[in-house]
Amino acid sequence: MGAIIQYIESYLSSDKTPGAAGNMFWALVYIMLVFGGLSVAVIAMNWLERKILAHMQVRLGPMRVGPHGLLQPIADAIKLLLKEDIMPAEADGFVFWMAPLIVVLAAFTVFVVVPFGPTHAVTDMNIGILFMLGVSSLSVLGIVMAGWASNSHYPLIGALRSSAQMVSYEVAMGLAVVSAILMTSLNATGTGTLSMIGIVQAQMAQHEWFIFKFFPLGLVAFFIFAVAMVAETNRAPFDLAEAESELTAGFHTEYSGFRWSLFFLAEYSAMIAVSSIAVTLWLGGWLRPFPNMLSGTPWDQIFSLFPGVTFLFFAAICFYNTVRMPKHPLFRVQTIGLAGFGVVLGLIGLILFVPAVSVRLQDIFWFSAKVAGFMYMYIWYRGTFPRYRFDQLMQMGWKVLLPMGLGVLILTASVALLQQKLWHP
Amino acid sequence: MTDPNTTLSPLELGSHDKTFLDANELIINMGPQHPATHGVLRVILRLDGEKVLGLECVIGYLHRGVEKIGEHRTYTMFNPYVDRMDYVAAVSNGLGYCETVEKLLNVEAPPRAQHVRVILTELNRIASHQLWLGTHALDIGAITPLFYTFRDREEILKIYEKYCGARLTTHAFRIGGLQYETYTGFEKEVKNFLTFFRPKIDEYEELLTTNRIWVERTKNVGTISAQDCIALGVTGPVLRASGVKWDLRKAQPYANYKNFDFEIPIGENGDTYDRYLVRMAEMRQSVSIIQQAVDALPEGPIMAKVPKVMKPAAGEVYHSIEAPKGELGYFIVSDGSTQPYRLRVRPPSFVNLQALDAMCRGQLVADVIAVIGTLDIVLGEVDR
Repeated sequence: MGAIIQYIESYLSSDKTPGAAGNMFWALVYIMLVFGGLSVAVIAMNWLERKILAHMQVRLGPMRVGPHGLLQPIADAIKLLLKEDIMPAEADGFVFWMAPLIVVLAAFTVFVVVPFGPTHAVTDMNIGILFMLGVSSLSVLGIVMAGWASNSHYPLIGALRSSAQMVSYEVAMGLAVVSAILMTSLNATGTGTLSMIGIVQAQMAQHEWFIFKFFPLGLVAFFIFAVAMVAETNRAPFDLAEAESELTAGFHTEYSGFRWSLFFLAEYSAMIAVSSIAVTLWLGGWLRPFPNMLSGTPWDQIFSLFPGVTFLFFAAICFYNTVRMPKHPLFRVQTIGLAGFGVVLGLIGLILFVPAVSVRLQDIFWFSAKVAGFMYMYIWYRGTFPRYRFDQLMQMGWKVLLPMGLGVLILTASVALLQQKLWHP
Repeated sequence: MTDPNTTLSPLELGSHDKTFLDANELIINMGPQHPATHGVLRVILRLDGEKVLGLECVIGYLHRGVEKIGEHRTYTMFNPYVDRMDYVAAVSNGLGYCETVEKLLNVEAPPRAQHVRVILTELNRIASHQLWLGTHALDIGAITPLFYTFRDREEILKIYEKYCGARLTTHAFRIGGLQYETYTGFEKEVKNFLTFFRPKIDEYEELLTTNRIWVERTKNVGTISAQDCIALGVTGPVLRASGVKWDLRKAQPYANYKNFDFEIPIGENGDTYDRYLVRMAEMRQSVSIIQQAVDALPEGPIMAKVPKVMKPAAGEVYHSIEAPKGELGYFIVSDGSTQPYRLRVRPPSFVNLQALDAMCRGQLVADVIAVIGTLDIVLGEVDR
C-alpha cells in the first residue's frame, strides 16, 4: 500500500514531466486533464467566438440559453448528439466513418507534447516539435477522406482545396520553425533541441523570447508562422475549404450530428494546438513576462498574484452584469445563474492566491493567457477579412511566404554563426 | 450568339479539348438551394478543376406570373403587385408603374408629390445598395459589413414605416400622386438620417475600399467591356462601371430629376471593384439629391385629378426609370377598358443576369460568387 502511495507521490517533487519521469499514473492523469481541459476550452471558445464576433458586428450573439447565452454551447452539443446521423446512400461507408475520427485523433494527439509548464506536460519527447508538426499534418488525410467518401462535388472540391492549401503552407511553416529551432543552439555547447520544454528553457537561458531574437529576424519568422498557422487550420481569411458562400460547407457538407461536431472539435483543438506551437517557439511558452530582469522574491510574489487577480476580474464582470440584469421575475433564474457563475470564478480566483496552488499553476496560467491571445486574433481575423481566392492563396504561400521563410532561415543561420565565431569565440 | 456587335463567343457544349490534362469536365449544380445565389437562382457550372468553362442560368423558381396578373386587375389594383418584384427596391418599382400609368392617362403628379417621390425613391436606392453591399461582401467572405449596412438600412425602413405603415413592400405611391400626406416631422427625420448616414458610407469604405484582400478579390474579376454591356442590354451601375455615362435620371429625366443637381459616377475597367466604387459613389449622390429635395419641398396638393375608375384611351406606352439595379421599364397596352390589355415589365435584374456567363468565363468558382453578388440581382424580379 505504502509503495503505491509512494509511486503516486513520487512525481510531485520531480522536476520532469510524468512521461519523462516514467510515472505512468501521473501521465494518465495528465492525459485526462488535457483531454478534459481541451474540451472545456473548445466549449468556451465556441461561446467566446460567437459573443466577440457578435459584438464586433453590432449585435448581441446568444442571449437566450442561460445568462448571456453561457449555456448555448452545451445546448448545441446536446442538439448535435441527439440529431439523426445521416450518411449519404452513395457514400463509402467505412471511409466516411473513419474520416472524422482521424481528424479528431490528429488534433488531440498533438497535445501529448505541449508543455503547459516545465513539469506540466504528458511527456517530454526529444523530438517534440517534429512530432507535433507530423501529427498535426495527419489531419489533412482525414479531410481528404471526408471529401472523397462523401461522393459529392462540393465536398470533393473542398477537400482538394484543403489538402493543397495545407501541404503548401506546411513548407513555409516548417522553414519558420527551423529558424526558431536554430536559435536554441546558441549556447556554450552549441547543441540545439527539438524538445518543446527544451525550447522554452533555451529562451529562458538566453534571456530573450525568440520573437525578439536577432530583431527583426525572429519577428519575421513568427509572422510567417502566424500566417501559415491560420491557413493550416482552415480559418478565415483562408477558410476556402469550407467557404460557405462558395462550397456551402466544403468537406463536411454531407456530415451531420455527432460526426459534424467531431470536425468542429478538431478544428478548434487544432487552432489551440498551432497556437501552442507558436507560443512555445516564439513567445516563451509558460514563462511569465521578464523572468530574468524582474527576478527575485518580491517580483515572483507580485507575478504569482496575476492568475488569482484575473479570475477575480472575471468574477467582478459577472457580478457587474448580475446587477445590470433586468429586475423582472422572468430573469430571476438567469440572474441567479450568472451570480453563481461569478461565485465559481471568484472561488477559483481565491484558491489561486494560495501559494502552494499558485506555484504549481501559474505556468499553466501564463501559457493559457498567451494562447488565448492567439484565439482572440483568430476571431478578429474572421470579423475583419474577406476570403482569399484559391489562386491568390497559393501565390501567397509559394511566392511570398516560402521565399521569406528561406531568407529568414539563411539570415538567421548566418547571424548565429557570426555571433558564435566572432563575438563569442 | 452571332451578334456582330459583341466579342463574345458562343459556348461550345460538349467540347472536351479545353480541360487541363484532358481531365473530365465537372458539371456542378449551384443552387437553387445555395447560400450565395441570392434566392433561388440555379447556375449550372461547367468546370475544369476550379476554372469556369461556361455556365448556364436556370430561372423561374420564383415565377408568380406578375405580368399575367396585371391583365386581370384594374390599374389601381395592380399597383401593390409591382412591389413584390424587386422587393428590396419596392418604392422604385411603384414609381415606375405609377408614372407609366400617369403617362397613359396624361396626368402629372403635383410638385409636392413629385418631391416626396424623389425623396422616398432615393432613400430606396440607398437601402437597395446597402443590401447589395452587405450581401456582396458576405459572399466574398467579409461577414461584418452585412451587419453594419443592415443597422443603417433600418433607419430608412423606419421612415417608410412611419410614412405608409409598411417597411418592405411599401405601396407608397398612387397613380396621380400620393395617398398620404407626409407625417409630422418627416423632413426633420429625413435630414437627421442624412447627417447620420454620411459618415456611415465612409465607415463601409474604411472596411473594404483599401482592404488588400477585398481589392485582390474584386479587381479584374468579372470584367465586361462597354461594348458587350450594350450588346447584352446591361444597364445600371454595371453599365456605368464599364465607362458608359448612361443614367435615365439624366438621359430621359422623369419625376422632377431635372431640377436636381447631381453627377453620374462612372468606372473605367468594368470590373467588380469599379462596380463597387460606382455604387458607393451613387449612395453619396443619392444623399445629395435627397438633401436638395427635402430642402426645397414645396407646399401644395399631393394628388392630381384622376378619375375614380381609370379607363385610359386605347393605346400603348413605354416608360422606364433608373431603378437601383438599372433600367426598369413598363410597357402597357390599353384597350380602353379598366384593365391593361397587356402589361410587360422590363426588369433590370433579368437583363443583367444574361451577362453572368460572359463575365464568369475563364474565371474561378469563387469569382462566380463575386460576380453574382456584383450584378445585384433580385430573383423576385428576374422571375416575376
